[in-house]
Amino acid sequence: MFIAPRIADKKDWITTDTGDWEIIIGLEVHAQVASESKLFSGSATDYGSAPNTQVSLVDAGMPGMLPVVNEFCIEQAVKTGFGLNAKINLFSRFDRKNYFYVDLPQGYQISQFEHPIVGEGEIEILPIDGDGNVGEPVNVGIERLHLEQDAGKSVHDLSPDETYVDLNRCGVALMEIVSKPDMRSPEEASAYVEKLRGIVRALGTCDGDMEKGNLRADVNVSVRRPGGELGTRCEIKNVNSMRFIRQAINFEARRHIDILEAGGEIDQETRLFDSVKGETRTMRSKEDAHDYRYFPDPDLLPIKLEQSFVDRIKAELPEMPDVRKARFMSDYGLPEYDARILTADKTKADFYEIVTKGRDSKIASNWTMGELFGALNKAGLELEDSPVSADALGGLIDRILDDTISGKIAKDVFEKMFAGEGTADEIIERDGLKQVTDMGAIEAMVDKVIADNSGQAAAAKENPKLLGFFVGQVMKASQGKANPQAVNKILREKLGL
Amino acid sequence: MTDLTKMTLSGALDGMAKGDFSSEELTKAHVDACMDGAELNAFITTTFELAMDQAKASDARRASGEVGKLEGAPLGIKDLFCTEGVKTTAGSKILGDFTPTYESTVSANMKADGMVMLGKLNLDEFAMGSSNETSHFGPVINPWRNGEDLVPGGSSGGSASAVAADLCLGATATDTGGSIRQPASFTGTVGIKPTYGRCSRWGTVAFASSLDQAGPIAKTVRDSAILLESMAGYDPKDSTSINADVPDWVGACGQSIKGMRIGIPKEYSIDGMPADIQALWDNGIEMMKAAGAEIVPISLPHTKYALPAYYVVAPAEASSNLARYDGMRYGLRVDGKDLTDTYELTRTDGFGDEVRRRIMIGTYVLSAGYYDAYYLRAQKVRTRIVQDFENAWESCDAILTPTAPSAAFAVGRKVSDPVQMYLNDIFTVTTNLAGLPGVSVPAGLDQNGLPLGLQIIGRAMDEATVFKAASALEDAAGFTAKPEKWWV
Repeated sequence: MFIAPRIADKKDWITTDTGDWEIIIGLEVHAQVASESKLFSGSATDYGSAPNTQVSLVDAGMPGMLPVVNEFCIEQAVKTGFGLNAKINLFSRFDRKNYFYVDLPQGYQISQFEHPIVGEGEIEILPIDGDGNVGEPVNVGIERLHLEQDAGKSVHDLSPDETYVDLNRCGVALMEIVSKPDMRSPEEASAYVEKLRGIVRALGTCDGDMEKGNLRADVNVSVRRPGGELGTRCEIKNVNSMRFIRQAINFEARRHIDILEAGGEIDQETRLFDSVKGETRTMRSKEDAHDYRYFPDPDLLPIKLEQSFVDRIKAELPEMPDVRKARFMSDYGLPEYDARILTADKTKADFYEIVTKGRDSKIASNWTMGELFGALNKAGLELEDSPVSADALGGLIDRILDDTISGKIAKDVFEKMFAGEGTADEIIERDGLKQVTDMGAIEAMVDKVIADNSGQAAAAKENPKLLGFFVGQVMKASQGKANPQAVNKILREKLGL
Repeated sequence: MTDLTKMTLSGALDGMAKGDFSSEELTKAHVDACMDGAELNAFITTTFELAMDQAKASDARRASGEVGKLEGAPLGIKDLFCTEGVKTTAGSKILGDFTPTYESTVSANMKADGMVMLGKLNLDEFAMGSSNETSHFGPVINPWRNGEDLVPGGSSGGSASAVAADLCLGATATDTGGSIRQPASFTGTVGIKPTYGRCSRWGTVAFASSLDQAGPIAKTVRDSAILLESMAGYDPKDSTSINADVPDWVGACGQSIKGMRIGIPKEYSIDGMPADIQALWDNGIEMMKAAGAEIVPISLPHTKYALPAYYVVAPAEASSNLARYDGMRYGLRVDGKDLTDTYELTRTDGFGDEVRRRIMIGTYVLSAGYYDAYYLRAQKVRTRIVQDFENAWESCDAILTPTAPSAAFAVGRKVSDPVQMYLNDIFTVTTNLAGLPGVSVPAGLDQNGLPLGLQIIGRAMDEATVFKAASALEDAAGFTAKPEKWWV
């Protein structure tokens, strides 16, 4: 039975007329193993190929065909196990999960039921609320990780009365990572998935692409009175974005509370999340649940790992997100928030380390997280597709640090870089944005502004706040190119402040 | 010219080597014999034209000095082995006109060794049966008669009947619970099931994966060794294939068994054992003793649990293995009002009674709430049976038992009583459960003049001892009887 001792933070409680509720969440994440070929056949795993072009005789369930395990996938699973701080099982076994469906040619899925390759583990997550506030760290237990084959894809919308089947995905290796019911809020659930995503991406064991379905979650939700007895849970299948995970949990928890408060009971069932309507609906009830008749696959030998093999994988592990985060805080002096955001994902962390190399680490982090991530987000782009490379962003920061341009001008330059107009230097040169640092020229502009505003100039001695007005006027006159520090200094002298 | 179909495989290979006759002549003689023997219904598909082409090609190879182990020998392939470009049915309606685009490893090995394929041999549907009466393509008739049509045993009934009737020089077969050895016993032929993992299962239609093993049915022990040397070998495409070289089994035939310790398991003296079978067994013991072997009484205490355990494990695996025949990608499809209806109609129409019975048994024993009581318990029995043999090997090198509890019976006699039918496997299933090699050697005739076989079981991977003992038994028994040719 599930034990869920932790009580949610009060801020995560849902309060209604009848009192408080807390949400209990557990996740089963399916992560597609990054590998050239499938789990039990030599077929390629490329996404987006023409339907049924990556299907071997084994994948199609032809008579007499036999699975042969892809050792690389075993290695990837072990690697991921280490990433989850989990126990690696030297003995594991493949079982058959039997059911009929058109996209399951063998009539069974090869999975691991009784003896998974990875046992219990634990990871630490840091939930962040909608306002960007970092919460207290939460430990989420890992129940197990096992390997299994993916099924094919049924396409129901090509014809009104026929279903088409694409077997390209059929047999692709998945890691099913099962958490303990240790999460208590939608934010914790999405932080958990984000953390997992960061781990598998850092390890290179899954590309974590949720849009392509390469990382997707089945979400188990129940509610209870804080610290009370566990409620009946429902499983929401195949939720494929962080936002949808939060939406689905919010909806489902509300649904449970409404039913319970109306005196009803929760039916244990499997549900689907409709991302358009933002709601969940029944897929199948417990009565319709399959009896999968699991039994050890007699076509495959048990997996017996040598300790030396496991040790080698451990020795070759790359730097994990938690370790990198700590390093970013100590080596670069970054605040925890920045370090967490930047190291949640390997690509981001790698990008930042290029940007900050030889430059101020906080400025580098501000520009990477603030300007670049913001712009990417707005444009709906992934970092991999960024129009501004890490080196280019570094080039822009260099021009701020050597006073060629001001921070304000830099933002305009960045926008142009993002629009693909060239490097920082090219744009500065082309648009003549180079900061005016010639003291004589600035002095002339200051004199003119003071002459034009003699009244305010006289008042400024009494009211030093007027300095801001003068600075603004001079900057305007210089079209923003005057060095603000120099303007400030000369103005103070001339106005006698 | 002498009747080339009366030759042994070994004799025919020698004859071709000496230039006495060509593969074309040899093959032609067998094609004619197959046509004459159509009444036996041994073949589901004949490939005579292909065989003649292969024979000519073989003769050409031989002329250029390229001679494989089975060069130019006309053989039959059980229709459970997928053959590239040749319809493969597994004896079932559900495969329809399925024609593989690939060749099973076993038949590919034989092709590479120069085999000529006469056709695909009849069998019980998906190899489930002990009389070849469950085939969708009708029962195979045993060339041996007793005033009425007899079954050839099963599931490799077509293979056994064709070899016994001299329609081919040898044939492939498969054995899940006795499907090579029991038909060999019923037809006066030699059949060996090697150690599990010796022959690749790749490309062979699966019945029960942990028990299925290919082997030959042949006219003599030596012929069976020649065939098995070609069929066996490591195959990385089958995860349960054993990575070991194929030894010189032909060389083991004819070697002395002086000093070999032959175990006689007391548990094989079952209640109601027919006197003929007991007499044959006693006679076998005497012959082995006379050949210099030491006879050792042994005990295999869990023998009585073997058959029930087998009829849990085999159907369990079969229920899953046969799930792929769903009418979606190949073979028969009967359209229904929706997907489930289509599955049901297809599988109801496509599978025969015995296959449906076993799928239901298998589904039942794997179901939630029953798994522990049946499947898990059967696996425990299996472990005990393995241990029984391990213990026995401390005091003996090979084990001698009857192959089957009776001689061939009349067509139709047991078909309505599955349990009586299942009892045919009583002496053979233990070796499948333990993965051991076992051979059936014709050792005498019963009072009605029907052939009876004795079984020799050996240690895992020790087929050499099995061949040695089998050929000694063959020599001592001097079994030369042939069925009277009543067909055509």
